Amino acid sequence: MAPEFGESGAVKSYKLKKRRKKQSKKDSKTRTVHSNLLYSCAKGDENPNRHYAHNNIKTTKYTLLSFLPKNLFEQFHRFANVYFVFIALLNFVPIVNAFQPELALAPVVFILSVTALKDLWEDYRRHRSDKEINHMDCLVYCRNERKYLEKYWKEIQVGDFIRLRCNEIIPADVLLLSSSDPDGLCHIETATLDGETNLKQRQVVRSFSELDCVFDPTQYKAVIECEKPNNDLNRFRGYMIHRSGRRDGLHKENLLLRGCTIRNTEEAVGIVIYAGHETKAMLNNNGPRYKRSKLERQMNVHVFWCVIILVVMCLFAAIGHGLWVRQYGEHRPLFDVPSPEGPALSPALSAVYLFLTMIIIFQVLIPISLYVSIEIVKICQVYFIHQDLDLYDEETDSHLQCRALNITEDLGQMQYIFSDKTGTLTENKMVFRRCTVMGEEYSHDANARRLATYQEADSEEEECTSKAGTLPRRDSVTSHQSVKVMHRSQSTKSHRRTGSRAEAKRASILSKHTAFSSPMEKDITPDPKLFDKVNECASQLYLMRSQGQPMNHLASELSDVIDFFIALTICNTVVVSSPNQPRHKVRVRLELKSPVKTIEDFIRRFTPSRLTGSNSSSSSSLVTNRSTHKTCSSLLSSPSAESTLMGLEEELGPAPRREAGPASPPGGDGELRYEAESPDEAALVYAARAYNCALVGRLPEQVTVELPHLGKLTFELLHTLGFDATRKRMSVVVRHPLTGEIVVYTKGADSAIMDLTRHGSTDENRGKHQRKILNKTQNYLNLYAADGLRTLCIAKRVLSKEEYACWLKSHLEAESAIQSREQLLFESALRLEKNLHLLGATGIEDRLQDGVPETIAALRKAGLQVWVLTGDKQETAINIAYSCKLLDHEEEIITLNAETPEACAVLLDKSIHYIQSKFVNNTLNPAAEDFEVDFTPFQIPSSSSVHRLGLVIDGRTLAYALDKRLEDKFLAVARSCRSVLCCRSTPLQKSMVVKLVRNKLKVMTLAIGKYCIQRYIIIILLINRQVLYIEV
Amino acid sequence: MASSYNAKEEDGQLSGAAGSGGVGAGKSKKPDNTAFKQQRLPAWQPILTAGTVLPAFFVIGLIFIPIGIGLFVTSNNIKEFEIDYTGIDPASPCYNCSQTLTWNSTKPCVCKVPFTLEQSFESDVFMYYGLSNFYQNHRRYVKSRDDSQLNGDASSLTSPSKECEPYRTSDNKPIAPCGAIANSLFNDTLTLYYINPNGTESLVPLQKKGIAWWTDKNVKFRNPGGNNFNLTAVFQGTSKPVNWQKPVYELDTDPENNGFINEDFIVWMRTAALPTFRKLYRLIEKKNNMIPTLQRGNYTLDITYNYPVRRFDGRKRMILSTISWMGGKNPFLGIAYITVGSVCFFLGVVLLIIHQKYGNRNNSAEIPN
Repeated sequence: MAPEFGESGAVKSYKLKKRRKKQSKKDSKTRTVHSNLLYSCAKGDENPNRHYAHNNIKTTKYTLLSFLPKNLFEQFHRFANVYFVFIALLNFVPIVNAFQPELALAPVVFILSVTALKDLWEDYRRHRSDKEINHMDCLVYCRNERKYLEKYWKEIQVGDFIRLRCNEIIPADVLLLSSSDPDGLCHIETATLDGETNLKQRQVVRSFSELDCVFDPTQYKAVIECEKPNNDLNRFRGYMIHRSGRRDGLHKENLLLRGCTIRNTEEAVGIVIYAGHETKAMLNNNGPRYKRSKLERQMNVHVFWCVIILVVMCLFAAIGHGLWVRQYGEHRPLFDVPSPEGPALSPALSAVYLFLTMIIIFQVLIPISLYVSIEIVKICQVYFIHQDLDLYDEETDSHLQCRALNITEDLGQMQYIFSDKTGTLTENKMVFRRCTVMGEEYSHDANARRLATYQEADSEEEECTSKAGTLPRRDSVTSHQSVKVMHRSQSTKSHRRTGSRAEAKRASILSKHTAFSSPMEKDITPDPKLFDKVNECASQLYLMRSQGQPMNHLASELSDVIDFFIALTICNTVVVSSPNQPRHKVRVRLELKSPVKTIEDFIRRFTPSRLTGSNSSSSSSLVTNRSTHKTCSSLLSSPSAESTLMGLEEELGPAPRREAGPASPPGGDGELRYEAESPDEAALVYAARAYNCALVGRLPEQVTVELPHLGKLTFELLHTLGFDATRKRMSVVVRHPLTGEIVVYTKGADSAIMDLTRHGSTDENRGKHQRKILNKTQNYLNLYAADGLRTLCIAKRVLSKEEYACWLKSHLEAESAIQSREQLLFESALRLEKNLHLLGATGIEDRLQDGVPETIAALRKAGLQVWVLTGDKQETAINIAYSCKLLDHEEEIITLNAETPEACAVLLDKSIHYIQSKFVNNTLNPAAEDFEVDFTPFQIPSSSSVHRLGLVIDGRTLAYALDKRLEDKFLAVARSCRSVLCCRSTPLQKSMVVKLVRNKLKVMTLAIGKYCIQRYIIIILLINRQVLYIEV
Repeated sequence: MASSYNAKEEDGQLSGAAGSGGVGAGKSKKPDNTAFKQQRLPAWQPILTAGTVLPAFFVIGLIFIPIGIGLFVTSNNIKEFEIDYTGIDPASPCYNCSQTLTWNSTKPCVCKVPFTLEQSFESDVFMYYGLSNFYQNHRRYVKSRDDSQLNGDASSLTSPSKECEPYRTSDNKPIAPCGAIANSLFNDTLTLYYINPNGTESLVPLQKKGIAWWTDKNVKFRNPGGNNFNLTAVFQGTSKPVNWQKPVYELDTDPENNGFINEDFIVWMRTAALPTFRKLYRLIEKKNNMIPTLQRGNYTLDITYNYPVRRFDGRKRMILSTISWMGGKNPFLGIAYITVGSVCFFLGVVLLIIHQKYGNRNNSAEIPN
């Protein structure tokens, strides 16, 4: 679009620039970025970008010159060092009559120099790694050569255009302007920033995503106004001013952050916005925080007391000396030697001198060697930790890495362990177990049997790993081959997809990605009853369609079944990819095919009833023409046509297998892979695929689903309302290709969905039916939870055009809002997600990690209190807690569920009373159980255990209990319990709990967390210098 | 961050390559299974039980009590006589001397103190002078000496160490021996007369050699000028300490006991640790097995009173004492041994009773969590 702007644009931009200059002088709240290509010399005076930091990073603290003074200055922050130097210097004062003052210097100099050498070495290492990073290569567009040239990272400047290839690390904060992905998407992995290993989508700036030619940096003339560099990773605001004066909003979805890795995207081009130390990653990196261990803190306290004792002693001696000298009056005794200078000292003065002398004499009171010896002990300890055979993992040949050297001894001091459930206690491998559709339960027995065989296979791990090829698992073989044929454009992740669990585990450790699932999660054996139903339903739909009947007349039960699977398939943010080809090839194929098969909805698509103004779907299909892989598309189209024929012939082979075309390399099976932000989503999509409802493609504006009999259907994706922790659900708004209705599919936690369905009964008969289904589903959900399954509810809502239009208006307003956009979007989502029609529920198993029960039992035996903080449903959490031995069936469980703060207070009071009476009773008569415990919904009577209590508290009650007034009571209850389980808690609550316990009880706490939710815990703990990075 | 992600990425790829390669070609990082690295070295952790603690207490008690008794008896057998001749009391013979004497007085003041020994002293008798309230341990005082000068170093003789200030020079001549310790040398002369039953006085022979440590006399202290016995010439050009009446080369007539190696001087230079101390002055050797060294009866102590102590409220004493194998009279050591032994024995008994009475209950009680 850039070329068509003429002079007026230039003038405008000039004016704008001028205005900016004025602005920047007054209040420089924004940063303006121009293209460097507009200026002949990157550093030239006229380049407005010249003031911004360049990409050369320097994390070293010292230079050669500044090392000595700066390092000494830093060392003198340590009180002990100042003291020792003071003592050493005091020795040189003649009046204190020190013997051998030079000797006193020796230990101080030794300590200072050893520390200085250590700092020097660390700084040198930083310098080397800086250099390495600064000299990494990156493709930067060169103005003179008119192409991308390799340059060092340090040469990148704000306003440069850089081209990033797959698996490259992003050198600076880059605004994404073009992507090889036809949808203008770019996938990045942010593991280095926040530890989240799933892929995140980034989008090309809106105006550039519509470009129909290869992005040409020289044509870029727009000006970017954005925020000043800040350290908020999740915020980026700004706008791009085109020559035409048009403004495009920029948000964090457009920004590629430094340090992230490009995945699954062949190429991306962007303009550097922030570079070097101004990037968000660097601003977040405040250097290693110095964490002081408990021992060190205690030592400081003791040294402080030593100082006080010393001063008191010296004062005592000095005063005594003064008095003693005074008693002789004018007549000096023989032994009182007058000072060399002349007449005798006055008593007061000699007292002062004696005070200093005494400090020298008593200087041993403060142990200078203590600091040195403690350092040495710590080094030895770390050495032994490293050498411990028990902390060595044979499979990965790795041992424990101790990142924070100075807090290792705190490990033995832990009294409380806070752990999240998912990913720590459990593997975070979601396995679809069972589901309920329209109040009918499908138990998936075959699937359970299949999982059992996997568990058996685990016991024969060695065999699996050694000769995986002999086992009838095609995946494990092919994955190895696919590793070999992997070329640059393909993500390294593929070797994750391995056969046995042991291998998968190894792969997960090696590659640190979790985007692909193991076959255990993928190959779901469908329940025959449900399978039949789906087929029946689909074939009816097919019949109806072929007979030209309107689609809405399908029996409600059947339509719900098919809707359930459609919802499973499309209500997510799963990305489809094929193992051996870049992601977009798969999409190309679909693009070519869709007009062939679903011509009707193509017609429907372009009818005037469309409410969304954008014609992106048409343009996106045009995009394929510019694909560099155009040559492949014709090759690929024939097998796909074949596959559709097969679909017509009602052959019921597994759908994805049919995708395997001749174009794919012989080793690879052309199976589709799903990359999801959360493993639950992937599990559900795989489950749906088992019923031949496969997700085959996802674009920002449409989702393609393959259904049995019906073949590929393309749903127009109108909106996606993403998951958030408060709503606990996500929704998609689609236009149904068969009925043309606008449907909202919602998936979320049962509590979040169930509340929203109840109101939806208008018609008496239907409402009754619906209520019945609701009750049934709720029962099944409770059963699932009792089995320790993660439950999700699926619901839909059909919107009338008027409703949609009404909602859309407000939603668009919310989207375009600058201020409190998140809040408005949240409210908008709430407006949409109501009057839902419940379709069904699913139960997903999150398997426990190896050795978790043993570990927890051992920890409890050692007298540690283990708290598990989870976002799961109460029943699920309790069940998992039982299976991982966190709760014991011997134990009595206090459950706190309160609706109001008052109720919570009452409950806590009651618990305290109960615990107290329990203790009293136990000491008097252990068998007595005759008091009332009306607040414990389920209580296992204990006769043998003395105070084996477990506390279960849900998120809402936790919120009340964490209130200032109640927190003491809550702690009192929690302390007397052996284990505490906080369910349905939000990340913030988790961190608050940890903070509360640490601050109030003054104990050592260890919080363990991995994934995005738990980041808060780690961050909070980092601030309070408590976290230990222990990686096995 | 910037440095860490790079390193991590590398790590991952390296190990990843090794892992996917199947057979790990590189060296395994598995820690050695050695006793040291796995912390299995033999160690002894004493666990205190009644079976070990009770016998220990009894054994300590049974050993210490006899030792204590032995020491105490030995100490009690030592005969000691002490007389204060400071002259604070106006009735005392030395009252006049103590009142008038200053460092500047040139005329010696002589007084006689009579005393009676109730018991005869059989073995060798040691004669001490004792001072009270004299802080020979004062920091500046202790430092105020020049050891190299005392060791006979010629250059130190003419230019003593700065430590000696202000007793370093007098009349622009270096002081020998310099410093406050030497300056305050105890210079009373004590002579002892035995009053025979017939009323005549007979001088008790006092031996002045052999009272200093051998190392002090032969190693630490040496006269300057090597073997030159003409000390007057050797100390030419030096000045006597201000408080001294005679220069250092006139301390004695015997050349083996004159100058810096005068034994009285050496004894004085070894400073006392407490303000009340005694220093060996003379020896009274046993001559004859038949006659005790000091018979019981009346004696007179002749004092040439030169050393003023009134200024710092000091006291001067003369002590006569015999010694045993454990040194001078010191009942403390014996008492300490007896006390410790008894306490241990008593504790042993108490613990034994406790063990007998409650010991069995502990075995059955479960270990608290």
